[in-house]
Amino acid sequence: MRFIDTSIGKKVIMAVTGIALVKFLFIHLIGNSTIFLGPEGINAYAKGLHSLPPIVWGFRLIMLLIFGIHIYFAVQLTLDNKKAKPIGYSVDKNLAATFSGKTMIWTGLIILGFVIYHLLHFTLQITSPYFIASSHPDNFGRPDVFKMVILSFQKISIALIYALSITALALHLSHGVQSIFQTLGLNGDYLMPKIKALGLALALILSIGYLSIPAAIQLGIISL
Amino acid sequence: MNLTLFVWRQRDKDSQGKLEEYKAHDISPDMSFLEMLDVVNERLIKEGKEPIAFDHDCREGICGMCSQVINGIPHGPQGKTTVCQLHMRHFKDGDRIYIEPWRARAFPIIKDLIVDRSALDRIIQAGGYVSVHTGGVPDANAILIPKPDADTAMDAAECIGCGACVAACPNGSAMLFTAAKVTHLAMLPQGKVEAARRVCLMTEQMLKEGFGNCTNHYECQAACPKGIKVSFIAKLNREFIKAQF
Ligand code: HEM
Ligand code: SF4
Ligand code: FES
Repeated sequence: MRFIDTSIGKKVIMAVTGIALVKFLFIHLIGNSTIFLGPEGINAYAKGLHSLPPIVWGFRLIMLLIFGIHIYFAVQLTLDNKKAKPIGYSVDKNLAATFSGKTMIWTGLIILGFVIYHLLHFTLQITSPYFIASSHPDNFGRPDVFKMVILSFQKISIALIYALSITALALHLSHGVQSIFQTLGLNGDYLMPKIKALGLALALILSIGYLSIPAAIQLGIISL
Repeated sequence: MNLTLFVWRQRDKDSQGKLEEYKAHDISPDMSFLEMLDVVNERLIKEGKEPIAFDHDCREGICGMCSQVINGIPHGPQGKTTVCQLHMRHFKDGDRIYIEPWRARAFPIIKDLIVDRSALDRIIQAGGYVSVHTGGVPDANAILIPKPDADTAMDAAECIGCGACVAACPNGSAMLFTAAKVTHLAMLPQGKVEAARRVCLMTEQMLKEGFGNCTNHYECQAACPKGIKVSFIAKLNREFIKAQF
């Protein structure tokens, strides 16, 4: 049987693509945090990032591929598992399963929807027609990403969409990160509670980090 | 005690089943759960009705035959206890008790509370053995085994193959059972020889039988009457990944 046809093989692919996605989230968060340095920070960062198109596009394609593989196997495994348990019990009791664990496919799909919106919003700049960074250079002639982000997150509707999606991400990761270790066999009786705590901590760090940007703008801590 | 039972009745594999209500009168708190069902069945037989069919054999918690989901929990509310070892003192007078069979695609219902668990036997047949030469019995201490390894192997060997892990799993996965068997043998020098082949064959069989995939909910560990731990599943995953190289 081919590795990708086996049950554990598919799980390993979920875990490995999961690791890549979590790593990306950290890098992306560090990049985004330059907004706290004002226009000097984020506009310079955005310009630097886009000064090497082949690298940017290569990176984007690889991330998209990893994301696609993760989703493909997620849907396949979830449908498979539904079929393996066609009938439940009349008394529905859970002894150990958590809300975040049972909703992985739903929080995942929320993340997918969000990623599409996020790309339309800040990358392709289709859903933020009131301000397109590339046609509004700042004083140094760079696309004014700072202004685009501030104007967006000052809108409560946009800030709320982001907050909701980040909550879904926090739930996804609070089950997902500790799952990585179990799936890859890097777990044991001694490590298990520590790994669960680590998963929760990473989920919190990432979600609080990402939330801090729309929150700071809504609260007026960062403004134009 | 007097109880109201809601029991899954199903004539055979292909017929439609449903929950039926029964009264259990004058039940002693010292009876086991199966003895309580025996009392109900005696009355049903006297009344000329079909008794409730359920699996059992040793009634001392070692054979793994008894298999009932009681109020949504495989083997009932008491941790690390099989149905046959569960006593009525853990229930209250007037309780309403729901009794259902193991549910999983890989466990078709034979009748009422009895399901066909031979899929687990076929997982064992696929690789849950060690190949040895027959002949004289070797000396007990001919191969030295570190005590911690022997202990882990013994912990894994506690699995009685009841299938409660499958019944508890929202995905109908048999990972805990398979992990126990794989770990039991992979910990020992006699089992290491065929470890890679074994883990591949057993997990492949698991898939062929229609069991689901593990999503790390750990319901299995909570339901297991023998305290088999999910760290054995991590060990199974490790063995499987190692076997790829
Ligand atoms: C930023 C994006 C994402 C990250 C960081 C992420 C991360 C993870 C991680 C670390 C796991 C654990 C893997 C394991 O069990 O070892 C996981 C599992 C899962 N993910 Fe994602 N994921 C993301 C997006 C998505 C999307 C878009 C979907 C769905 C369409 C999705 C659906 C799932 C499902 C269903 C599982 C559970 C799979 C299983 O246990 O069988 N994820 N994810
Ligand atoms: S692992 Fe536990 S629940 Fe599963 S078959 Fe073995 S004894 Fe039963
Ligand atoms: S009847 Fe043997 S374990 Fe319950």
